[in-house]
Amino acid sequence: MFRYSVTNWDGFDPTRHYIGLRNYIQIFHNSEVWHTFFNSVYYLGASAVQISLALFLATILSYGLRGSNIFKGFLVFPFLLNSVAVALVFRYLFQGPGITAHAGGLDWLLQHLGLGHFITQWIGNSRVINFSLAGVSVWRYFGFNLVLFLGAIQSINPELYEAAQLDRANRWHQFRYITVPGIRRITALTFILAIGGSISVFEIPFIVSSGQNGSSTFVIETVRTAFVENRVGYASALAVLLLGIVLLVTFIQRTIFKDEQVDLV
Amino acid sequence: MKRLDTFKVIIYIVLTVICLAMVFPLVPLIFASLKGHDEFYNTGPLTPPHDWFNFHNFYLAWTQGDLVRGFANTGILLSVSLVGTILVGTMAAYAIDRFDFRGKKVVVWAFLSAALVPGVTTQIATFQIINKLNLYNTRWSAILLYTGTDIISIYIFLQFMQSIPKALDESARIDGAGHFTIYFRIILPLLRPAIATVVIIKGIAYYNDFYTAYLYMPDPNLGTVSTSLFRFIGPFSASWQVICAATLLVILPTVIIFLVLQKFIYKGLAAGAVK
Repeated sequence: MFRYSVTNWDGFDPTRHYIGLRNYIQIFHNSEVWHTFFNSVYYLGASAVQISLALFLATILSYGLRGSNIFKGFLVFPFLLNSVAVALVFRYLFQGPGITAHAGGLDWLLQHLGLGHFITQWIGNSRVINFSLAGVSVWRYFGFNLVLFLGAIQSINPELYEAAQLDRANRWHQFRYITVPGIRRITALTFILAIGGSISVFEIPFIVSSGQNGSSTFVIETVRTAFVENRVGYASALAVLLLGIVLLVTFIQRTIFKDEQVDLV
Repeated sequence: MKRLDTFKVIIYIVLTVICLAMVFPLVPLIFASLKGHDEFYNTGPLTPPHDWFNFHNFYLAWTQGDLVRGFANTGILLSVSLVGTILVGTMAAYAIDRFDFRGKKVVVWAFLSAALVPGVTTQIATFQIINKLNLYNTRWSAILLYTGTDIISIYIFLQFMQSIPKALDESARIDGAGHFTIYFRIILPLLRPAIATVVIIKGIAYYNDFYTAYLYMPDPNLGTVSTSLFRFIGPFSASWQVICAATLLVILPTVIIFLVLQKFIYKGLAAGAVK
């Protein structure tokens, strides 16, 4: 792939011309590419919301209230749905008036909650669109984090909680001094997955808004340059760059959480 | 005691509100799918349908869109790829866990580093390989990609394999069993729980995958559930109620499977992520 990235190959031509690092230089001059990176920040922000929400709910559900399983089911099912279906659900939900005589479901809800003045063009407005789409990703993925956290919390020795209760520790202290240290590994893993995920967002913006209105992400951009514009060389340079970033992030993670390496073989 | 009860009430209220928020996006979709064309365009999204048993849109979506073919194609891909993944994964795990061979370290290291690199970054190089193998726009491209690039299931199998006592292999060998007999008679049956996990997480992943099918199989005849649904957007953009019905048809099998296999799915998800 690196070999492609230093050529101007179009994917079909039998000859490829070596053009050195020109593709890379071009990337750094291309504001659109920077824009897609900036868009990843929205999804990263969304991941932070998503992780804290999941942790909060996982803690609540771990108290073993009656009906926890039903609630859990409601919270997790979006993660299993087909991505195209999810995108279409939200394309319909975000709709403004125009396609039908009435606005989409979201506008309806806001109106009936007395928040009518918040109504905006959810996917038509380039300043709002990334928030809308990041919201979709919270809706879809946080159940997954919830399952991970719940699994981790339930694997903590229950005697620790009993001991804490005898010592009259309140719920916050139990959470802070037993739950949080107990799920450190899973939390680290979740953050790594979130970073990887927010760089490689593809389906939801691609289908909901076709990457229009400034909602394009790095992967959409790469796919477009490689397979629509046939600039395989340039797209390879993009991919090499992304790979570099991901490896860097992983490396940082490995150094920070060194003591928790799991040996496989 | 009184304080604890208010605490519980607050928790229940929070949970209920969040669950309502989770379900809310689907409600307008369900309503829309049951409305006629005029009704859809003249009533609000949250107005319940006039006739709760108007399944005309589902009929249209099923017959006019390519959903049937999508389900058939996905079914083929799903079954072939799952069998492939399980065979390749269990064999790889068997080889890595039970034998010492030259270059073993290199192989394991290669698997490890491959797991770290997210798939999307290597798409362009992968695409060239598929193209060179003349598999572009054939079913084999997706099958090969699903079975060949599946490191997570190898991990799951490996982890499980480590808990199968080696003494079993050895006693079988003393009885005169060869490597293949041991694999098929002992290892494979004992790996059944791990296989179930892999079937669940991979089955969901394949069913929901849009990227691979979109990129490698543009031929409408090879459309999967995801791409067929995606192709509804063009021809049906004037009748969103049909798109809504089609979306529901795609969601339905997942919801049913989720309700039936809930416990296994939670387990599978956790196992798949922790590697």
